[in-house]
Order: sequence, then structure tokens, then C-alpha cells
Amino acid sequence: MNSRLYAPPALSVRFIPVWRRHFLVWRKLALPSILGNLADPLIMLFGLGYGLGTVMGEIGGTSYFAFLAAGFVASSTMYAATFETLFSAFSRMHVQKTWEAIVNAPMTLDDVLLGEWAWAVTKALAAGVCMLVVIALFGYAKSLLALAAIPAVVLIGLAFGGLGLVINALASGYDFFSYYLTLVLTPMMMLSGVFFPVEQLPGVIQAMAMALPLYHGVEIVRPLLSGTLPAHLLLHIAVLAGYAAAGFYLATVLTRRRLLQ
Amino acid sequence: MTPALQARGLRKSYGTQEVVCGVDLTVAAGECFGLLGPNGAGKTTTLKLCLGLIDPDAGTARLLDHEVPASAREARAKVGVVPQFDNLDPDFTVAENLVVYGRYFGIRDAQIEARIPDLLEFAGLNGRANSRIQTLSGGMKRRLTLARALVNDPQLLFMDEPTTGLDPQARHLIWERLRRLTQEGRTLILTTHFMEEAERLCRRIAIMDHGRIIAEGSPRALSSEHIESQVVEVHGPGCETWMERARGLAPRIERAGETVFCYAEEVEPVLADLRGRGELAYLHRPANLEDLFLKLTGRDLRD
Repeated sequence: MNSRLYAPPALSVRFIPVWRRHFLVWRKLALPSILGNLADPLIMLFGLGYGLGTVMGEIGGTSYFAFLAAGFVASSTMYAATFETLFSAFSRMHVQKTWEAIVNAPMTLDDVLLGEWAWAVTKALAAGVCMLVVIALFGYAKSLLALAAIPAVVLIGLAFGGLGLVINALASGYDFFSYYLTLVLTPMMMLSGVFFPVEQLPGVIQAMAMALPLYHGVEIVRPLLSGTLPAHLLLHIAVLAGYAAAGFYLATVLTRRRLLQ
Repeated sequence: MTPALQARGLRKSYGTQEVVCGVDLTVAAGECFGLLGPNGAGKTTTLKLCLGLIDPDAGTARLLDHEVPASAREARAKVGVVPQFDNLDPDFTVAENLVVYGRYFGIRDAQIEARIPDLLEFAGLNGRANSRIQTLSGGMKRRLTLARALVNDPQLLFMDEPTTGLDPQARHLIWERLRRLTQEGRTLILTTHFMEEAERLCRRIAIMDHGRIIAEGSPRALSSEHIESQVVEVHGPGCETWMERARGLAPRIERAGETVFCYAEEVEPVLADLRGRGELAYLHRPANLEDLFLKLTGRDLRD
């Protein structure tokens, strides 16, 4: 019993039909979805980037706009993976009972979760790439190294998709998600160097920031966009991969406990 | 021939409450089997245990020659499920629902698309392939859910309250389709609390209450074993006082609210007495499965 509950997630290509189902739904609503992905971060970016940018001058040798743009690639990726695994996954699990329909076929909950995770990463990738394209169009991608931000975006999506599925497994209703969004993600966005360099923070808080996945995402993406290799790249990758693996494992166990027990 | 489903000693608790308390079930291949019980009796949980969707605390189940839950995936590949509440994909058309569902069985799109006309004919949804789910009536959605359960050409179908919430026309259409499925040799396992449904469709039924099977057999055998063949329902002013008198006229008298039920093999004495009493209204009818059900599970309201 317990060995079934705590077993590592069974990874199989059977998740693909689940992913294709989500993709087919998305295709029908693609335009508003893409606009939603882009509009929010772009409004913030242009408002803060140009508005605050004129007051702030340069940060670390780049314009504030470029500094902020790199941060927003990471944070909009985070939010895309998060919203998909909170609200959308919850409505499929709890409201529409789509998951129940799927596991009545020869599919397992592990297949469903892997499909959700892969889909969240897909949405995150779309959001991150949209931001990268806009940034490149404005000339803020300094070299081809910027393309290396794409796998970084995938990694950020995996980390926040895994964490989002943990929250989904614990949720009693949509209201539950506002705790995670306002008490976890909003402070994380403030502490992870999206809006200002982490070095501005007191030492203790800086140390805390280094435990946050978004911090490591920003630390990878920003140098790549300005054309340099990130320092401590392997460390950043390891932390994000650790959050991804631990998050998805925990999400799997908690979801099994919620639905299979 | 090995049974299509064999469950032994299934148990399942949620918290301190045991919902399924040692259920044994055997369903032969090709039969239509009904699991009856009031709300909260443990029917749906029993079905989920048999499908390997939840883990039992104790007991074993074997579904179409596969141990469940260990080999539930292999078993479910040969099974169709009609859940209690429709969970069709609201964003898809009728045809898309079938194609997408077939993919979960590993069936290629072209293969399902070739079968869609047959499936829609079965569901009485000819020409609705491109309709959106929101435009379908409750009965149509139910029939589409049934058609969706057939995409993999299953040997066995589990149906959790297949006609709950449907109007009589829609219900009769579903019954007719279910008979067609048994004629094709498929095994049907359904839960219901409509006695009429079980009487019409099921060769064998089991009555479940408080997590236990309390009676099992053919509807007719169970009725003759547990209840008298005739019933007179009596209501009207003075019914209560008349009830005392009726005790001498029929072997079993029950009261539910303002109505008195007289059960007997021979009800002529009751009828003779009632003929002289204009104030009391009465109905004489043969006893049915509902009377059996109420006798075995009681008349208390279940929530």
C-alpha cells in the first residue's frame, strides 16, 4: 500500500494523449491565451522599464529596461507554469472531472500528472519564448547566446510546474491558490532579482533569496540575454532541477493520496 | 468459464468510517448484473475498487483475468466505464470527445474516425458529430458518454447510475441500448437505485447497504424469497386506526408517513374490508423489487 503511495512517478509515453488533449483545447482558445501571456508582462515591462528606467539610469552596465526584461522572461515563465497547474489543472481534476474520465481508460494517475506537467512546461515555454521574441525585436538580445535562454525557460517551467501541482494536490478550491500566489510567488518575485539586483538586500535576506528557484532562473537568463555565460551555471541548473524533481515527486504522492486512497 | 469479475472480501475505509465492509461479488461473462442500494451504501466505491481506481484496505479482485489493482491497466483496456456524473470534455465537439478518448486506449485517430458513424448511430446522435457538448440535452450527453465507453469495443461495461436524472423517454432509449449490448455478448455491471431498471435489465442483482451485500440473486427469486407477492397501499383519514384492524387481515403491515402498506400472498381479506370504507383510498398491486429493497434497507431517508 504505502510502497504504492510513495513509489517514484512512473514515467511513460502514455502521457502524450493527455498532453494532446490539453493542446487541442488550447488551440481553440489560442489567441486570447497568447495575448494573455504577453499583455501582462509587456505592460509591466514598458511601464516600469521606460518609466522607472529614466529615473534609475543603468544597472550593472545595462539599461534598466534590459535588466527588467531579462527578469520578466523568468517571471512570466514562472507564472505561466503556475497558472496552468493551479487553475487549469484544478478545473480538470476537480470541476470538469477530466482526470476521472482519463483514468477510467487504461491510464494511471501518474500518466495524467506527467501530462499535466509536460503541458504546463509547454505553456511556460510559449510564454517565455514570447517574451524572448519581443526582447529580441527591441534589440535587447545581445548575441546568439540568448537562444540558450530557451532551455533555461524549460527548466523554470519544470520547477514551477512541479510546485504548482503540489499546491493543486492540496487545494480545496480556487480560493486556496491566492495564498500561494500572494504569500509565496509575489514575495519570491520581489526577492529574486527580477526588479532590482539581489545585492541591494540585507545579507540574511540575500541568503534566503538564494534558496528560491526564481532567483536561479533569473541568474541564468539575464547573463545569456546580455551575451555572457552565467556564473555558477551548474549550481543554478542543479537547484532548478532539484525543485522540479522534488516538486513533481511530492505532487505525485500528494495527488495519489488525494485521489487513490 | 471464468467469471468476468470476481471480488473477495473487499474492504475500504475513509478515516474511521468503513465504506465497503467485506464485499464478495461474482459476475459471469455475458450477464447483466445490478448493484442496488440507497445513496451512500458503498456502490460507487465498490465499482472503483473493482476497476483498480482506488486501493482496497483488504481483499482481492480479478477483472477479466487480471489482478486488480496490480494489473488494472490491462483490465481497463478491455472495459468501458459510464461514470455517475458526465465528464465529457465541454470544450470539444461530439466527434472530438470520441477521438480524444480513444487515444487514451492507444487507438489511432483514423481507426476511431471510421467507427464514429456507428457509435453515433448507437447513441442516437446521427448528424451531431460536430455539435458542441453545451448544445446537447442531458439524455444526449448520457448517450454520448455511453458511446464514449464503447470506443475500445469493451468486453465489459461498468455503469454507475446510467439513467439518473433522465426523463422517461431518454431512460427507455438507454435501456434499449443496454439490452443491445448484452445481446452482443458484453457483460454489464450497473449500479442503480431505480428498482424498475434493475427488474427490466438485470439477470442477477445484489442489494448493498452500509457497505455490505445483504441479498443476492435473480430479481424474481429475491422477491419470492423475501417478500409477499401482493401489496395494498392504503391512505386517507382514519388510516392510522384502521392499521390496527389491518394487522388481523395481512401477515405484514408497514407504515411510511401517511400510507399503510399491507403485504400478503392473499390480499382478498384486506380488499373486502376496504370496500366498505369510502374514506380510505387504496391501491392493489403486485409487489416489486422496490418493496424488497425497502424491506431490506428500511424506509429511513438516506443522504
